[in-house]
Amino acid sequence: MSVIEARGLRKEFTVRVKRSRLRREKRVVPAVDGVDLTVARGEMLGYIGPNGAGKSTTLKMMTGVLMPSAGEVRVCGYTPVPQRTKLARRIGVVFGQRSQLWWDLPLRDSFDLLRHIFRVPAVDHASRLRRCRDLLDLDEFIDIPVRQLSLGQRMRGELTAALLHGPEVLFLDEPTIGLDVVSKQAVRSFLTEVGARGDTTLVLTTHDLADIERLCQRLVVIDHGRVVHDGTIEALHARYGSRRRVVVDLDEPVASFGGATVEADGRRLVFEVDGSAAAVVARLGGLPGLRDIAILEPDIEEVVARLYKAATEDAP
Amino acid sequence: MADRPRPYLALLRGQASAQASYRISFAIDLGTNVVATMLDVLTVLVLFRVTKALGGFTLREAMVMVGLTAFAFAAADLMVGNIERVKLYVNTGRLDAVLVRPLGVLPQLLLMDIPIRKAARSVFGATVLAVALASAGIDWTAARVGLVAFALAGGVLFFGSIFVATASVAFWWIESGEIGNAFTYGGREFTTYPINIYSGWFRRVFAYGLGFGFVAYYPALALLGRTDPLGLPGWVGYAAPGVSIVVAAVAAAVWRVGVRHYRSTGS
Repeated sequence: MSVIEARGLRKEFTVRVKRSRLRREKRVVPAVDGVDLTVARGEMLGYIGPNGAGKSTTLKMMTGVLMPSAGEVRVCGYTPVPQRTKLARRIGVVFGQRSQLWWDLPLRDSFDLLRHIFRVPAVDHASRLRRCRDLLDLDEFIDIPVRQLSLGQRMRGELTAALLHGPEVLFLDEPTIGLDVVSKQAVRSFLTEVGARGDTTLVLTTHDLADIERLCQRLVVIDHGRVVHDGTIEALHARYGSRRRVVVDLDEPVASFGGATVEADGRRLVFEVDGSAAAVVARLGGLPGLRDIAILEPDIEEVVARLYKAATEDAP
Repeated sequence: MADRPRPYLALLRGQASAQASYRISFAIDLGTNVVATMLDVLTVLVLFRVTKALGGFTLREAMVMVGLTAFAFAAADLMVGNIERVKLYVNTGRLDAVLVRPLGVLPQLLLMDIPIRKAARSVFGATVLAVALASAGIDWTAARVGLVAFALAGGVLFFGSIFVATASVAFWWIESGEIGNAFTYGGREFTTYPINIYSGWFRRVFAYGLGFGFVAYYPALALLGRTDPLGLPGWVGYAAPGVSIVVAAVAAAVWRVGVRHYRSTGS
């Protein structure tokens, strides 16, 4: 069963371009240009794309913030803008830059106010809050006013705030942006935990591909407002021919070796393999002076960079 | 009962405790508002030191219009005046956070500031009105007592609608700046005085086109039992506050369309 269903979703903005001192030209720019997307319950979807590709705009149309210019979108069975308040009860939203918390109040108070705003029964609220407190270590700063929290602490507060009403879909717009390594890890393992229960659908945009690798089975890449890839990370690698590499370092230089590129004056062999590296490794036994073997996974950053570039070149 | 969720009350509570953490700034705000209120009193007194009559109305008669306007505007400003902050929310994209909550946008924005500091002006307006009504020599009937209540409710609704409608401009025109003030504060100045002192297209547009003439002038005529020098029949005064309902409907429509026109900003 799908919780998100978008067909030909489109959002245009009118921008005024200055032509001369007096003349301004109106130009219609499509930020999202016909996105089709179906997300099933419990999926964890990574939504990526270069800056200005239309990621945030898509999320805002799905959460009832922006009215689509054309096309259809339904989330949890609702049409987001006309049924905004009904939808708001069923979804959780973390927009990194737009806080849901009360700046001048301690986190604890914000959470209590949100319970009233979302009309959550006290028992449900308490059990969800307890779980978040444990998983996100909120207790050390739950009584400090939000304005005094670090970005990492605040983001943990935002995640809790978005989940206290038990949403079916959690939308996250760049949840790890600007966080240090430890906080990033905390956010990722928390989201893994949330997703693992299978009843919450996760849609997240990010520029940090490690988020995607850790969290999402499915990857949607958008560029110039259009979906350019929709599938697993493996499918993306397959499509762009990125392969695992076996790197072998030797003490004694060799002139050549079957199937390998020779580097570093014959002291390094690099194999590219599809699938298992076992066959290559088995052949290495007879080599003299074998020092080290490393198997490198295909680099997703590289693939995505290539994808962005290709999409830009295709664009008119 | 204690557990029954009260979303708007919660917003109010949150805002109250947030504001309580800025006591000094509150004290300064209150101080400046009291001073501004005193200046309002001075303006009226100075005006009538200079002239004995305005548009054929004596000072005591004209004060009925002054009082109706002063109270209606101050009360509307107290309740919905802070809607002008929507500009800031649209500009910075903070409206996003408001839109993802299961509550109305307008009430949420109104509850994001509790302008206790503005209460002084409502008290002043009520005082001016009470004094004016008592001293204008009104021949009190049940209909006129009812009209006072109707006119006040209509006036508050009218100015509240003007606040909302002018604030909505921000959805289309982000750099809307102070243009709304031309209609809110300008409108207040307009309704403070008898409309027959204005002339030509200006009076037609503001008094009848935009409806400002029906806030204080026509109800005051009916209260004073005077005929309209501009020729409208006597019942208009009793019906005038009803115009506010039309104005409110227009303002609500403009606001709705505006929210859907919201463009958000950045990521």
